[in-house]
Amino acid sequence: MTAQPVLTALPTLPVLLPILGAALTVVVGASVAAQRIIALTTLGAVATVAAVLLAAADRTGPVVAALGGWAPPVGIALVADRLSALLLLVSTLVALAVLVYAISQRIADYGRRMASSTFYPMYLVLSAGVSLAYLSGDLFTLFVSFEIMLTASYVLITRRTTTQTIRAGMTYVTVSLLSSLLFLTAVGMVYAATATVNLADLSERVQTLPPGLRTVLALMLVVVFGIKAAMVPLHFWLPDSYPNAPAPVTALFAGLLTKVSFYAMVRTQTLLFPHDGPWTLMLWFAVATMLVGALGALAQNDINRLLSFLLVSHIGFMLFGLGVFDARGLSGATLYAAHHITVLATLFLVSGLIVRRTGTVALDRMGGLLRTSPALAVLFGIPALTLAGIPPTAGFVAKLQLLQAGAEAGPGPVAVAEVVIVASFLTLYALARVWVRVFWGKPAPTVEDPDPDDELEVGTARTPWPMYAATAGLVVVSLAIAAFAGPLSGVTGRAGEDLVARDGYRTAVLGSG
Amino acid sequence: MLQRSLMRVLLGVVVLGHGTNLLLQLVGGPPARVPIVGNSPPETFADPLPQALALTAVVITFALTTFLLALGYRSFTLIGHDEVQDDLEDRRIARIKHPAASLPTTDDDRDSGDEEAR
Repeated sequence: MTAQPVLTALPTLPVLLPILGAALTVVVGASVAAQRIIALTTLGAVATVAAVLLAAADRTGPVVAALGGWAPPVGIALVADRLSALLLLVSTLVALAVLVYAISQRIADYGRRMASSTFYPMYLVLSAGVSLAYLSGDLFTLFVSFEIMLTASYVLITRRTTTQTIRAGMTYVTVSLLSSLLFLTAVGMVYAATATVNLADLSERVQTLPPGLRTVLALMLVVVFGIKAAMVPLHFWLPDSYPNAPAPVTALFAGLLTKVSFYAMVRTQTLLFPHDGPWTLMLWFAVATMLVGALGALAQNDINRLLSFLLVSHIGFMLFGLGVFDARGLSGATLYAAHHITVLATLFLVSGLIVRRTGTVALDRMGGLLRTSPALAVLFGIPALTLAGIPPTAGFVAKLQLLQAGAEAGPGPVAVAEVVIVASFLTLYALARVWVRVFWGKPAPTVEDPDPDDELEVGTARTPWPMYAATAGLVVVSLAIAAFAGPLSGVTGRAGEDLVARDGYRTAVLGSG
Repeated sequence: MLQRSLMRVLLGVVVLGHGTNLLLQLVGGPPARVPIVGNSPPETFADPLPQALALTAVVITFALTTFLLALGYRSFTLIGHDEVQDDLEDRRIARIKHPAASLPTTDDDRDSGDEEAR
C-alpha cells in the first residue's frame, strides 16, 4: 500500500466529496438546477470511487488512509476492505437512485423551480456519514459518523412537520439519542480498559482483558448497534417512525441506516470479540427478530408499516449469519445485506408510487391496480419475490448461503435455519397479501388527498417517468446481484474469511505505517 | 427520560449527556500536567485523547440538545403542547377489543387521535 499514494488517498473521497457537495449546495441555494447537478455528480463520483476501492481491496487487500499523516494507532485511519467497500458501493448506488426519485417527485409536486435549503445538503451529509461509518477504522470515528448520519436523518425525518409526523420524529430522535449516549459510554469504557480506540489495535488488546469485562463491553456494543439496527427486542421505534416520513426518505433510511448499524456490529464483534463456534446469544436474537418482524407484518393494514416490519424481520436473517460466526455465515450475511439494501429501498419507493396512485396507505382501501397500472405491478412483483427469496432472485442466492452455513455449523444453527425458512414463508405470505389486496380485485376508487397542503401529493395519476425509472433502476440492480451472484459471492466469501481471520485487517492498518 | 413531555425528556438527555461526557473525562485518569511538549516531562502529561473525545462529544450533545429543543417548540406551535402522543396502533387494538365502536381505518384513526390530543 505504501507505494500507491493515489490509492491510499481514495478512502477519504467518499467522505470528503459529499461534505463538500453539501457545502456547495448551500452556497448555490438560489439555483435549484445547480443543487441537483451537484448532488447527482457527487453521489455518482462516490459510487465510482467505491467501485475502484472494491476492486483494489479485493485484489491487494484492505486500502488504508492514515489521516493527517499520523500512523495508526495514534492517528485516525480510514480502512476499506472487501466488506466495507462492497456495502459502500451498494449503498451509494441506492442513494443515487433514491435521489433521482426524490428530485423528480419534487419537480412534480412543487414545480421546477422549488429550491430547498435543507433537502440536498442533508441528503449529502447523510451519505457522507454512511461512507464514514463503513470506512472508519476506529471506534470513536464510528461514533462521530453515526452522529453525522443520524443528525442528517433527524432533519430529513422532521422536515415539514405536520401533527402526524412530529410524534414519529420525537420517538425516533429520542431513541437514537439514547443509543448514541450509550455508544459514547461504551467507547469510554473500551478506552478505559484498553487505552486505545483504534479497531485494529483493540483487536489485540481486548484479548488480554478478563473475560467478564470483555463480555460487558461486547454486550454494550451489541445493545447500541442493536437499537440502531432494529434488532428485536430493541426494534419498537422503527415501525413507528419510518412510515411517517416521505417515501424517498423512508426508502433511504430503510436501505441504509439499519444496514450501517449491522455493518458496525459485524465489524466490532468479529474484530474485537471473536468466537470459536456459533454465538448462541446472537442466534436467539436472530430468531426473535425474524419471527416478531414477520408476524408483526402479517397484522398490518398500512403498507408502509408492513414493509417496516418486514425490514425488521430480515435484519434477523443477517443476525443469523453473524450468529453462525464462521466464514460461510458471514459471507452469507454480507451478501444478504447487499441484497437487502437494494430490495428494501425499492419496495419503499414502489409503495410511495402506489400511495401516490391510490391516495391511501390502507391496504383494504386499494384494489385492482394490476389493471389500472400494470407497470407498478411489475415493479412491486420483482422485489417482493426477491425479498421472499424465490429461486432465480438475489434473495434466494443469499438465503441459500446462509442456510448452508447454518446447516454445517452444528445443531443450534440448524434449528435457527429452520426458523429462517419459516420466516421466509411468513414474508411470502405477507407480501402475497399485499399483492392480492392491492393489485387484484375490483379497482378501488382513488382516495382524495386528505391534506392537499402537506408534503405528499397523493391520489394522482400524475407521476413523472423518472420516478418509475429510478425504481426500475433499483430493480435492475437487485437483478444484477442475482445475475452476478457467482463473482459476488466470491467477494463476500473472501470478505467472510477476512472477518474470521482478522490478520489482514490488523496488519493492513498497523503494519502499513 | 420516561416522561411524556418532551421538555422533561430533554432534561433527561442533558443530564445523561453530561454524565457520559464526565465519564469520558474520567477515563483519562487522574488530573495531571497540561499535555504540551516542552512544558513539562511527558511522563507527567494527562492523557490528551479522552479530552479530545469529550470535546467532540460535548459539541455533538450540545447540537442535538438544540435540535430537540427546536423540535419541542415546533410541536408546541403545531399542536399546542409537547407531549408524546399515544401510539395510534395501540389505540386501534384497544378499539378492536370493544366491538361496539366501529373499526376505523388508519386515516380516520389519525384524525381522531389528533382531536383527542387537543
